[in-house]
Amino acid sequence: MSNSEKNKTPLLKIRGLKIQGFSDERWHEIIKGVDLTLNRGEVLGLIGESGAGKSTLGLAAMGYTQPGCRITGGSIYFEGIDLTQLSDEKKRSFWGNRMTYVAQSAAASFNPAHRLIEQTTSSTIRFGIKDRAAAYEDAHHLYDALNLPNPSKIGDRYPHQVSGGQLQRVMTAMAMSPRPDLIIFDEPTTALDVTTQVEVLSSMRSIVEEFNTAAIYITHDLAVVAQMADSIKVLRYGEEVEEAPTRKMLSKPKETYTKSLWSVRSLKKKERKANESIMSLNSINASYGSSPVLFDVDIEVPRGSTVAVVGESGSGKSTAARVITGLLPQTAGRVMFDGYELPKTLAERSKEQKRRIQMIYQMADTAMNPRQTVREIIGRPLEFYLAMQGEEKTKRVIELLEMIELNADFLERLPAELSGGQKQRICIARALAANPDFIICDEVTSALDQIVQEGILKLLLSLQEELGLTYLFITHDISTVRAISDQVVVMNEGRVVEQGSKTKVFSPPHPAYTELLLSSVPEMDPDWLSNLNASRRS
Amino acid sequence: MSSKNQTYSAATESSTIYESRSRWQRFKLAARKSPYTARFGISIITIYAFVAIFAPILAPYGEAEVFPSPYEPWSSTYIFGTDQIGRDIFSRMIYGARNTVGIAVLTTILSFLIGGSLGLAAAIDRRWIDQLLSRSVDVLMAIPSLIFALVLLSIFGSTVLNLIIIIAVLDATRVFRLTRSVAVNVVVMDYVEAAKLRGEGLGWVMRREILPNIMPPLIAEFGLRFCFVFLTIAALSFLGVGIQPPTADWGSMVRENANLLQFAQYDLRAGLTPLLPASAIALLTVAVNFVVDWFLHKTSGLRDE
Repeated sequence: MSNSEKNKTPLLKIRGLKIQGFSDERWHEIIKGVDLTLNRGEVLGLIGESGAGKSTLGLAAMGYTQPGCRITGGSIYFEGIDLTQLSDEKKRSFWGNRMTYVAQSAAASFNPAHRLIEQTTSSTIRFGIKDRAAAYEDAHHLYDALNLPNPSKIGDRYPHQVSGGQLQRVMTAMAMSPRPDLIIFDEPTTALDVTTQVEVLSSMRSIVEEFNTAAIYITHDLAVVAQMADSIKVLRYGEEVEEAPTRKMLSKPKETYTKSLWSVRSLKKKERKANESIMSLNSINASYGSSPVLFDVDIEVPRGSTVAVVGESGSGKSTAARVITGLLPQTAGRVMFDGYELPKTLAERSKEQKRRIQMIYQMADTAMNPRQTVREIIGRPLEFYLAMQGEEKTKRVIELLEMIELNADFLERLPAELSGGQKQRICIARALAANPDFIICDEVTSALDQIVQEGILKLLLSLQEELGLTYLFITHDISTVRAISDQVVVMNEGRVVEQGSKTKVFSPPHPAYTELLLSSVPEMDPDWLSNLNASRRS
Repeated sequence: MSSKNQTYSAATESSTIYESRSRWQRFKLAARKSPYTARFGISIITIYAFVAIFAPILAPYGEAEVFPSPYEPWSSTYIFGTDQIGRDIFSRMIYGARNTVGIAVLTTILSFLIGGSLGLAAAIDRRWIDQLLSRSVDVLMAIPSLIFALVLLSIFGSTVLNLIIIIAVLDATRVFRLTRSVAVNVVVMDYVEAAKLRGEGLGWVMRREILPNIMPPLIAEFGLRFCFVFLTIAALSFLGVGIQPPTADWGSMVRENANLLQFAQYDLRAGLTPLLPASAIALLTVAVNFVVDWFLHKTSGLRDE
């Protein structure tokens, strides 16, 4: 094949691809006939909710299916070769060589027993693309290009010795090392903090541009995909909803579903005036063992309002919640609740005090016992705190289910039979069952898809209206804060950086940290990242 | 795209494809797909259980009934002959199923009650309770258990009750370790924290929140432990400190009839006699292991690919 011809055929051409997955004793269609075309040097963004089939499609682009899945129809042409017809051995000669993969969780994807540079270069050396010396040399360049600190030394470290953001970049270097024609990025920044995400995104984008590599970028975050992709394909239920160049897609989405995805970020709420405080933390210090995590933390929570606590992981926001619930007794300071001081430990608190403060967790999956039905999960607080039994209890459980926009059909379901959003709703119902005054929401929407997030946030807001609840909303997502909070507390490294009403915190001048945090939140503008990098450099 | 996909509603949100099935339906499905080894194991266990339960009806003679003719060869009157003092071996085999298996089951249940509850308590309270229990278990496990059991039985006397308690306690150490290690992974789950926040007591957290989630490995372990207990009892009986005569038991039957082996050159069937209780032990152990293997395979979520 001559060079000019090679440039004319698309690098990747998928036609009518159908993939089935085996679950619950049957084959189910996961991908229902999707077409995809990718030219050299292009970046395609794949977006959709979880279960839309985006990861399955991404892997299929490499001719790979996960265990329990099978390709039942269609073709995948990589440079004109149909991958579905190739033997596994043939396909393996492509993997790690011509096409590479960047997984969502870098921490889980590295072998903890080997140095980073060995893992970065192993496939390059194995395929004889470069010898060891040249591959190591090249890896140092890649580390440098990805803005990793101390590029000539960092490769000698082991995976646990670098941070999550660094590990994700090393993984990108690993994917880049054999100079592939195609890279699949599978939600590479989802697990990272906003400020880290920006750095990882910039370095990924610049390296993809530098080597003119084609890439498929899988994510559920629209703002992220807007920075990375030349065109965007929206998937739902294993089918294509629409595909268009990024700018056109952002400004003029055609389908209703796409529009609804876009509209989520516009959820706004009127700020409420601050009442008297129902909960206040007075100069709280707390530590895990001998290492202190909270320093003189003061937080005021006005009655009937939503206070958002923002910060990156490790900022101490979840620790503050643990102090309030009594799981982690503070070493100094007082927690005041409704005029009284709360005892430090859970054991010293009365049942009534426990009832009035409820908590909703980030991962609804692990917050519900997988062996209990919805009836048991919601019913237990009713029985435990309010001594409800039999008919009365069932009636109340159904009432609660209706409050969270579900119905009596869900009574006998197990958590495994619910979707992510439904699980979180059940957790909300469990908290509501105790008739609380104060609910701590710990990152309740961060594991959910945008459209589901919106639903949950709306539900929380309307419940607040109806029942006069007070929320302490812990999150790292600034757009969620904008959407629902009245008061904002910004935390960093165990200290409160800024605190006040939403308008005050979000309008300049900002303290340096707030500024960094706010400016790192991706916007739905394809030029945002370039502009940001330009302004940060200057 | 169909129109139903256009509007969002929480109740119709797509979840993992999963069909609600009753326990019975799930059992039937699993049984239909079970490998032949597991079916073989289940049928053997059923037969043993049947024999154990209906022993008095099935056995032609009494358990300790002595006939005037010792070492009787195999015949239509005494199917497997008689032993050294003239008891019918076939009848004693049948009663042996009841005694040996019954005592082994009781012992295993007891060891799971002790080891399981202590293991759960240690997993929940990771401070001094855990330290105390784990270190005591380490001490107990440092002593070879068969020798330890021999010593204890010689001290306290070989009654059935002592036998059950001593083997159960010694075996509970292994159950403790398993329970603790699987429970530790469940204890850190948010739903356990949620239950503690609610103010639930230790008993509730143990029984309702943790136990249901660690059942599969425990059930598998129960099968394996049962085999070990069973073999230990047989070994102790063989050594003479286990189940005492005249109670029929397979381990001591092997010992009592062991010298018949040398007569194999004259009468093959006489030589086979001590092997009968031995193979009864072996068959049950193999059968239980087949079932446990299948169960472990199912719960580990491995696929055949």
